Amino acid sequence: MTLSMSSALDITRAGKPPRTAFLDYPLGHTTGKPNQPELQREILVQALEGFTSLTVPGSIKMLPFRWEDEDWKRTAMMDGDTRVERHDTPQYQTEDDRIRAEANTAACGSHC
Amino acid sequence: MAQPVEYITRIADNYAKLGYKPYQWVSNSDTPPWTPLRKPLSQCRLGLVASGGIYAAGQVAFHFKDDVSFRAIPTTVRTSDLRTAHFAYDQTDARKDPNVVFPLAKLRRLVNEGVVGSLAENFFTFMGGVYSSRRVTEELAPRITESLLAEKVDVALLVPV
Repeated sequence: MTLSMSSALDITRAGKPPRTAFLDYPLGHTTGKPNQPELQREILVQALEGFTSLTVPGSIKMLPFRWEDEDWKRTAMMDGDTRVERHDTPQYQTEDDRIRAEANTAACGSHC
Repeated sequence: MAQPVEYITRIADNYAKLGYKPYQWVSNSDTPPWTPLRKPLSQCRLGLVASGGIYAAGQVAFHFKDDVSFRAIPTTVRTSDLRTAHFAYDQTDARKDPNVVFPLAKLRRLVNEGVVGSLAENFFTFMGGVYSSRRVTEELAPRITESLLAEKVDVALLVPV
């Protein structure tokens, strides 16, 4: 019994999850804008209604929220995935994270 | 430009310019499996799976070379302990406020308000920039599904990036 959020309508239409709530925001904002808790709450409440209101398999509910401008769409159409070389080492957000994670791994040894 | 961005076209064009073969997007033509919700959301236990590469401080971060691992993040975690590791989206806002890709704090609030019954003990996260859909289907998805089922959730919210 699943509900998917989405900010990429064409990709969602191809994959066809059972129910979707689509938010037309730039990638990286699937559930809202930073530090706007009331907006985030409203987005979630309207999305979660999809659990009961979307009764045709593959339905997509378009959430009624707009990013303040459409400029980001021009950039989104131009940016590309350049498939640069990727490495299989963990990419920590901060150096502290790496130290903590490595300490945890060392501490539990073979029992991780 | 009021229409949603067409990501598939954009990526197809870019790959063509770079001389790559077109990316094989997952395309399902069958009707999706579908179950009706048998009780109100206010009585449901909710699970969540997010693909924005979220991890908690202390956990190993994701790598970017078809990482098919996932993390279990306790739903008691502090928002300030959440981190992101992903290459295919601008993480600036997710790092200012992880709720934009991992809405745990809002879901806790909705439980307090009685909108949602309860949350699973753990939410699950992975780094969605995995080029091999076969590895996702064969390795990652079944393990996450198993973990979700073990959490005994009634409903699951999927949050892609």
